[in-house]
Amino acid sequence: MYNEHSDAHFQMRIDKGEHIEAKDYMPENYRKHLIRQISQHANSEVIGMQPEGNWITRAPSLRAKQILLAKIQDEGGHGLYLYCAAETLGVSRVELIENLHEGKAKYSNIFNYPALNWADIGAIGWLVDGAAIVNQVSLQRTSYGPYSRAMVRICKEESFHQRQGYEIMAKMMKGTKDQQAMAQDAMNRWWWPALMMFGPHDTDSPHSSDAVKWKIKRETNDELRQKFIDKTIPQAELIGLKVPDGKIKLNEKTGHYTIGEINWEEFYRVIAGHGPCNKQRMEHHIKFHEEGAWVRKAAVAHKQKHLKKELQTV
Amino acid sequence: MSLDSQFDLWEVFIQSKSGQPYVHAGSIHACDNKMAMQNARDTYTRRGEGTSIWVMPSKYIVASNPDDNEMLFDPANDKVYRHPTFYVMPEGAKNI
Repeated sequence: MYNEHSDAHFQMRIDKGEHIEAKDYMPENYRKHLIRQISQHANSEVIGMQPEGNWITRAPSLRAKQILLAKIQDEGGHGLYLYCAAETLGVSRVELIENLHEGKAKYSNIFNYPALNWADIGAIGWLVDGAAIVNQVSLQRTSYGPYSRAMVRICKEESFHQRQGYEIMAKMMKGTKDQQAMAQDAMNRWWWPALMMFGPHDTDSPHSSDAVKWKIKRETNDELRQKFIDKTIPQAELIGLKVPDGKIKLNEKTGHYTIGEINWEEFYRVIAGHGPCNKQRMEHHIKFHEEGAWVRKAAVAHKQKHLKKELQTV
Repeated sequence: MSLDSQFDLWEVFIQSKSGQPYVHAGSIHACDNKMAMQNARDTYTRRGEGTSIWVMPSKYIVASNPDDNEMLFDPANDKVYRHPTFYVMPEGAKNI
């Protein structure tokens, strides 16, 4: 007779490819790892609304504005799916938001870079969402059921995000010299940070080995990054964009591209809070969370008033 | 609920087409029926995924305990005769 509450039995279930549900036994570190990863993922969706929100009122056409609004609304929805998945692990939404505001929980580094002009909206959709999709497609098979289900839903919705971004870039590359230069400039600024989204190399990734053993992560940082590189370089070439890396080479044998060295110093500097927008992103989130407090209070008061009425009529 | 409450947790079920079963889509936070319905619509049906929505407070869901699985589902394990493939049909029998 095996012990259902043992790490060995848990690992056996993982190895068999079973999904873990909220009430199932799980090692404490599995739970911790998931809370950290899912909340970081949720925070990224919500903080990611900011660089794009910046461009809603300046979108170049009504079509572009409608699309951007829909995309940003999706990001908010994705944040909600993920916060709910994290909550199944026994952490409350209040704690999750507090952890974000206190800097205990992170969000994707990429959103600490500014969206300077309209071409950046194209680059964000194409490269940033593109990189996120590669990661998220892989996470659809993650071992924790609620996380996996949220990922399936997100992936269904996310591919429009990448396509609208690529469309913007393709349009600009067919435009005037100035527009082409803007698109190339955005490419130059977003390419490397997009590659960093996959995290440190496998040899330097502190959380990877447990996450792979537990099948939270199904592919390593470097495997996912390579997928993104192989997909994206031909897309850039097709519309005439230059990838800002003089060392790129296609290995004919493997079919994979090799790239130059990523600037990890920059990565760690931005993570440590010294990116162009870290302070601005967090202040904005805290400000609107606090300014929205009266809405939450009013909703609770409304509920209590109606509860009282119901009791009186019984 | 504290003053800065995130409200109650609700479960959302969506029927994709008339005649189809209601399938669990996920959860939302809301403080009353009306807000629950609106949040469910905004969160889970932005692309015509549903023709009908059910929402219910999560606290009213009674869930089985995974530790009891063996005992709970055991009665079904030895009743193969509940499946049509259990029965031997005469050679040549059709439409059955």
